[in-house]
Amino acid sequence: MSATWWAVIATCVGCYLLKLAGLAVPRRVLDRPGLRRFAELAPVALLSALIAVQMFASGQELRFDTARTLGLAAAVVALLLRAPFLLVLAITAAVTALARLAGL
Amino acid sequence: MEDTTTRPDQGVSAARRAGIGVGLAVGCSGVAFGAAAVTAGLDVVQACVLSLFAFTGASQFALAGAVAGGGDLVAGTAGALLLGARNTLYGLRLAGPLGVRGLRRLGVALGVIDETTAVAMAQLDNGREARPGADGAEPDEAANRRARAGFFTTFLTLYVAWNVSTLIGAVGTAQMADPAVLGLDAVGPACFLALLWPRLRSGGATRLRLVAVAGAAIALLTTPLLPPGIPVLLASVAALPALLAPREATR
Repeated sequence: MSATWWAVIATCVGCYLLKLAGLAVPRRVLDRPGLRRFAELAPVALLSALIAVQMFASGQELRFDTARTLGLAAAVVALLLRAPFLLVLAITAAVTALARLAGL
Repeated sequence: MEDTTTRPDQGVSAARRAGIGVGLAVGCSGVAFGAAAVTAGLDVVQACVLSLFAFTGASQFALAGAVAGGGDLVAGTAGALLLGARNTLYGLRLAGPLGVRGLRRLGVALGVIDETTAVAMAQLDNGREARPGADGAEPDEAANRRARAGFFTTFLTLYVAWNVSTLIGAVGTAQMADPAVLGLDAVGPACFLALLWPRLRSGGATRLRLVAVAGAAIALLTTPLLPPGIPVLLASVAALPALLAPREATR
């Protein structure tokens, strides 16, 4: 089997086990108040970090993409106007695509 | 997604709608992965195996990138696993609400990713929040039911969409439009923002906003210094004070 196949299999198995690990932590450990509060807050930190990185990073480089930023700004406006979830996504994609079309 | 507190059924259907929306919107990016994988030198089967069994976009892109660079595959695999490590933290949050035990966990685990967590968490935090740190408090069963509906709908929709679009992207590499042209690269961040939004906007969420801003700042500041995957993981440090602070301080 090729080295690439080994890398593919190792990635599949490893990623799966990492997912399983969180679910497999015993209930009594999770019930400890400190860990429970950490588990409640950690996804907020992680998802915010993910937004930031997906918006402004490319590999190890920080990069400002005008079209994408305008798209997210449009999403913020839509959210402030209480637009429904799917409309928010549609507006984001449309504004980003139009901004790119305009050469931004 | 708004106003899910009125009737439980409405909450569950709203959660399902959000799940389908996220699943389809993000699932389309599988085309980009399929195309990137084959361009990088993986074959169609390898691209599909990754989407079927790794099923976590960032890690898959990282491995494809390593193959493309002709770089060290061990380092490439390690990078993919680092990106997948945040799913472990998601599992800690989801274990309770999902309420899965024993062998069922083996199937459910595959679905513990950014998108399913974001949708499930929006349901949990949308209605009544579980009483902070109240030992032995009754879990909010209605919120858990919404969270489960959101999780499984997102999982199913995204799994199907991601795998079908991976195949399409892998087979049709050359002909496929660039997802960036359609503005789809902004849709992922917009999804997460929309799902976090109600919670961050709610009254008394100062602490949460602080955690969110700190998380984003940590990730951006460390991006130039650390390999991809670690900055996002490191952002969880922003939630660490909760582990140490006395209970009352977290209200």
